Amino acid sequence: MGAGISRRDILKTLALSAVGGSVLQVIPAQAAEYAHQAVRKDKAAAPSGKYTPKYFTPHQYETLTSLCDSIIPKDEKSGGAIEAGAPEFIDLLTSENEHYQLKLGGGLYWLDGFCTDRYTGPYLDCTPEQRKSVLDLIAFRKNAKADSTLSQGVVFFAFVRNLTCDAFYTSKIGIADLQYIGNTALPEFPGCPPLPEA
Amino acid sequence: MSQVIRSPKTYDVCIVGSGAGGGMAAKVLTEGGLNVVLLEAGPPVNPEKDFKMLMWPYELPHRGAGVGGHASENFSEFLAPNGAWVIDGEPYTSAPGANFQWFRSRIVGGRTNHWGRIALRFAPIDFTSGTRDGLGEDWPITYQDIAPYYDKVESYIGVFGTKENVSSAPDGVFLPPPKPRCTELLIKKACDKLSIICIPARLAVLTRSINGRAPCHYCGQCGRGCITGSNFSSSQVLLPPAMKTGRLTVITGAMARAVVVGKDGKAEGVSYVDKNTRTEKRVNARAVVLAASACESARLLLNSRSTAFPDGLANSSGTVGKYLTDSVGSDGWGHVPALEKMPPHNHDGVGGMHMYVPWWKFDRKNDFPRGYHIELYGGRDMPGVGMFDELCHDEEGYGATLKSRARQMYGTTVGFAGRGEMIPNPHTYCEIDPDVVDQWGIPVLRFHFHWSEYELRQAQDMQQTFRSIIEAMGGVYKTKTAIDGQYPFGILEGGKIIHEVGTARMGADPKTSVVNGYCQAHDVKNLFVTDGAPLVTNPDKNPTLTIMALSWRASEYLLDEAKKGNI
Repeated sequence: MGAGISRRDILKTLALSAVGGSVLQVIPAQAAEYAHQAVRKDKAAAPSGKYTPKYFTPHQYETLTSLCDSIIPKDEKSGGAIEAGAPEFIDLLTSENEHYQLKLGGGLYWLDGFCTDRYTGPYLDCTPEQRKSVLDLIAFRKNAKADSTLSQGVVFFAFVRNLTCDAFYTSKIGIADLQYIGNTALPEFPGCPPLPEA
Repeated sequence: MSQVIRSPKTYDVCIVGSGAGGGMAAKVLTEGGLNVVLLEAGPPVNPEKDFKMLMWPYELPHRGAGVGGHASENFSEFLAPNGAWVIDGEPYTSAPGANFQWFRSRIVGGRTNHWGRIALRFAPIDFTSGTRDGLGEDWPITYQDIAPYYDKVESYIGVFGTKENVSSAPDGVFLPPPKPRCTELLIKKACDKLSIICIPARLAVLTRSINGRAPCHYCGQCGRGCITGSNFSSSQVLLPPAMKTGRLTVITGAMARAVVVGKDGKAEGVSYVDKNTRTEKRVNARAVVLAASACESARLLLNSRSTAFPDGLANSSGTVGKYLTDSVGSDGWGHVPALEKMPPHNHDGVGGMHMYVPWWKFDRKNDFPRGYHIELYGGRDMPGVGMFDELCHDEEGYGATLKSRARQMYGTTVGFAGRGEMIPNPHTYCEIDPDVVDQWGIPVLRFHFHWSEYELRQAQDMQQTFRSIIEAMGGVYKTKTAIDGQYPFGILEGGKIIHEVGTARMGADPKTSVVNGYCQAHDVKNLFVTDGAPLVTNPDKNPTLTIMALSWRASEYLLDEAKKGNI
């Protein structure tokens, strides 16, 4: 993952290695410093250093965070979706997209309604066992086939699952979890390593 | 209304558009000694803002998903095209049932900023395919006419590849290719079993330093814009030498409206809307070169109406906008368990395939005319938004199981993109919409588009081939397509491959074509079209290399005519 080497270092090296007398406009490394991640800026600006949701209510955001954590939890190899910033990522996109607002905002109400009917309170008030049994129902299409009252929940959960994976696997820890190696400058492409013995 | 602001200067040539065709014309004409003004509808390239080379997804606010998650509708937040199928304020319309998608890049360099860099020559037989199978027309020029210009373009821009002697895919002037990736080695093995030709790809990416440009550093991100200019784009490779002559004036934010024609029937200049000041302006020139993209150039010609040219300029044949084609496109992918055994390794390479499948069934009878090539994808790419959608759909669930399946499945998919030749048909063309103007007041295009049985059968053949390759790799083919509906055999909407050409085709007969073999309008001698519009056919080779070769040839002819005093 190029530990210790920043993008700026790489750009600087590339700028230096560009052939002299080039007709190209080689971009100075400084100029290639980009705007900081909006979420990080917002966090720094808040007095508590905590992210303030742009779209979801505090209750909805807490519910969403819990779902993200269940979808990609921390394990012995890597952190989970919360550490990867999934709730912030989903909130940012939702604040900008009316369809997301309907699907996710509505979906979170649906979840609380479902839990209240079933267990007397919203999702966050459920016990860990109750939450697990709810997720085991809405995480699979086959359950909606058996019980059509679950179908909206299944669609909602599938959407949250996609977005959580998007967030996790575009984060530093998610990319490291997959052991992706690259996004760096090489003098030659090494090609394919020997295939392991079958 | 304020009055029209006319530039007092008369340039030798006004070029409209700064992409492959316009950039090449600018280079050749200025180096030949002419004073050129170039109109570009978009802004200058701003690498600081537009190029995202070597950035991680988490360094972007939306991690590649774009504002509101909308990036997937126009590629990705990472790409550097400043282009889209939908541009606010600049609509186009589709006739009922047509659903044509028109991608436009309003930026210096145009679509060459993001293109796939696949640089394939048309084959000798592609110039005479009309005679060969009776469908459509032959070209007025032959492979021998264009071959020296293919040589020049390849030598100048840098294309990697290997000499293979495949008749459907002529060899060129090549730099050495990069080593194959694991996925490509496995595909090649499977293709060998199936007697399918699989050879090193041909891409406009430098594997060695040439013409003062640094070689590729193998980050795999050509589409994001290359800060070292190691891949080809008009903005980084053609316009800098033209600027260096001191004879090129680039006007950005200039939305061309019409070609201005004098009493003598010759082009006098171009009128345009200056987007920055929102004023109507005009530049004067002794010759005009349209290279605004095939459909945009057709739109300009059709909108350049006058008493002398009531149906639009250079349109006495009535064929401007006709014979529109895009490439036939159908994609597919599969899961290859053999890839699960690969240790983590750098798979990035250049920003595109290192190997590909050229059209290989040219020696037999097929149930569709012409052919297609196959582009190869897959493996341990940089993780990104959407990468695990299929996994989520297939695996469902959540938690530790989902996470461990993602680890296991990462890098084990292989993808194919079939790109084939469409035959021009009378139901596919563009024209001026009588009711709609864009925000600049310019009448917009209305598209008619229809895939015929020829294209559908080709897409079916693509799907069968993809499946057979995956199965020969011991994998499971995952793409499901229907035989009917909106996307039979996975065929994409017209325009989605962004290879639209043919709207001002060349020909020997002024009654059935718009320009001659030198891209010069039959009706207006000092008017040239050097984008994809003059292409008579749209073979399974991506058109950019041919556009540049034709533009170079046309520009030399224009220089010659100017010297003789004919223009």
